[in-house]
Amino acid sequence: MIRIENLTKKYNRTEALKGVSLHVPAGELFAYLGPNGSGKTTTIKILTGLAVPTSGEAWLHGYHIGRQSIEAKRQCGLVPQNINLDNELTVYENLDLHGKLFQMPKRERAAKIAELLEYVDAADRKDSPAKHLSGGLRRRIMIARALMHSPKILFLDEPTAGLDPAIRRRIWSLVKKIQQGGATIFLTTHYIEEAEFLADRVAFLDEGKIVALDMPQNLMDRLGAWALDRIENGAMQTRYFRDRDEANRSIGGQDDSFSVRRVNLEDVFISFTGKKVQP
Amino acid sequence: MSGMLAIYYREILILRKKFFRQIASMAVSPLLYLVAFGLGMGRDVRVGGHAYLEFLIPGLVAMSSMVQAFAIASEINIARFYWHIFEEFQAAPIRNIAYVTGEVLAGITRALFSTLIILVIGFFSGVTLAYNFQFWLAVLLNSFVFASLAVGLAMLVKSHSDQALLSNFFITPMAFLGGTFFPVDKMPDWARTILHFLPLTHASSAIRAAAFNEPADPFSYLLLAGLGVALFVLAFQCVNRARE
Repeated sequence: MIRIENLTKKYNRTEALKGVSLHVPAGELFAYLGPNGSGKTTTIKILTGLAVPTSGEAWLHGYHIGRQSIEAKRQCGLVPQNINLDNELTVYENLDLHGKLFQMPKRERAAKIAELLEYVDAADRKDSPAKHLSGGLRRRIMIARALMHSPKILFLDEPTAGLDPAIRRRIWSLVKKIQQGGATIFLTTHYIEEAEFLADRVAFLDEGKIVALDMPQNLMDRLGAWALDRIENGAMQTRYFRDRDEANRSIGGQDDSFSVRRVNLEDVFISFTGKKVQP
Repeated sequence: MSGMLAIYYREILILRKKFFRQIASMAVSPLLYLVAFGLGMGRDVRVGGHAYLEFLIPGLVAMSSMVQAFAIASEINIARFYWHIFEEFQAAPIRNIAYVTGEVLAGITRALFSTLIILVIGFFSGVTLAYNFQFWLAVLLNSFVFASLAVGLAMLVKSHSDQALLSNFFITPMAFLGGTFFPVDKMPDWARTILHFLPLTHASSAIRAAAFNEPADPFSYLLLAGLGVALFVLAFQCVNRARE
């Protein structure tokens, strides 16, 4: 469904992507994790036609993003990181414009707008100017807009950035619902728990390279099931254990500050890169 | 075609929403110039055998259609830099030629509106000229040139303030020196030679000749058409290069 081969991107002297290759099968919810500047948005921009790769190739649903760009674009919907609703237009007009850009007939556009506004729980806001919407509602409208032309692939670039936890969870439910509808979802995020909750598979991107790619549980199992965090000489040290007893035994009689917890994806990322996934 | 219509639809929708504000803003400068230069100089001042007010109205049409066609650049830049709507267009399955055509048509539409406003102002000032086919053709070509230039430059600039800089350096001097307020032929030879390189000089001359039912120089029409096509192609190339 999404096939990327050896994708690179240079901005002047900066190498934003250094030979990324991956394959996302149909119906998968794929999370692309990494700190800001790791190349997540650049990858999405290239795949959706907003940027040109320096080298490498990619296909969306079998269509080459360069040679068959128009067909490739028809396959995908994009929810970019920046809020990019047209502030001068109402919610309805924003969605209608998107439908026009994707050459949808008028009657089909009207029906789809009504359906999608119900879907994202915003039917009562159809005549509201976009500039009067809250942050969470804007995100939901942007998702609805990206779904207008029934794309086979949905790119979500940091869809919950800056939202409060309750609204974030509401967006997660919506994303799950979209996946259950049959779409392939390519999600970038720096919220580890978002990827853990949503993703079938995750890739960790660091400085333009994929450093790990697998199912979340498989990645965590590589480290162990339990983590012991301990402050030693003023610095946090983490050790991983197969079971909790083993972790508890290693604490011994020392009275240092410590905590025992489940291994998470952040541990995986740190163990691969030595960095935290932070914005 | 449908992509082009979608782009045009968006610009016209915005124009419609801000209609009275836009009309007021399109009318204010020509009105000021009309009062300051036209009425202020009195009805006895004659230029080239015509009352100055009659001379001024076609010049204001040329200037205002240029300014309003070029103003599409500001709309594009607001969409690009503040609202990021340009990404929505880039990600849509439309060809760059459709984008450029839609925006250029929107610029021409704005220019035609501003022309109508000046004609109405002229009518109430007691000036009636010949608004024939040549008149509208010259207005259309002038708008085409500056709307195409606007789309191209809007793709090249890196910020909204750069856009203001371009207007200050190119559009404002042209507005005053392109035969709007005075006949270029009265200028010294060296100045006349320079001013004949300005597209607005040819637009003013063609619009004025048509409005006075005088024979127009076909070279002016050809130059505006040729320049318009060249700038349209340039705009298309600039949209291609606007992708990161």
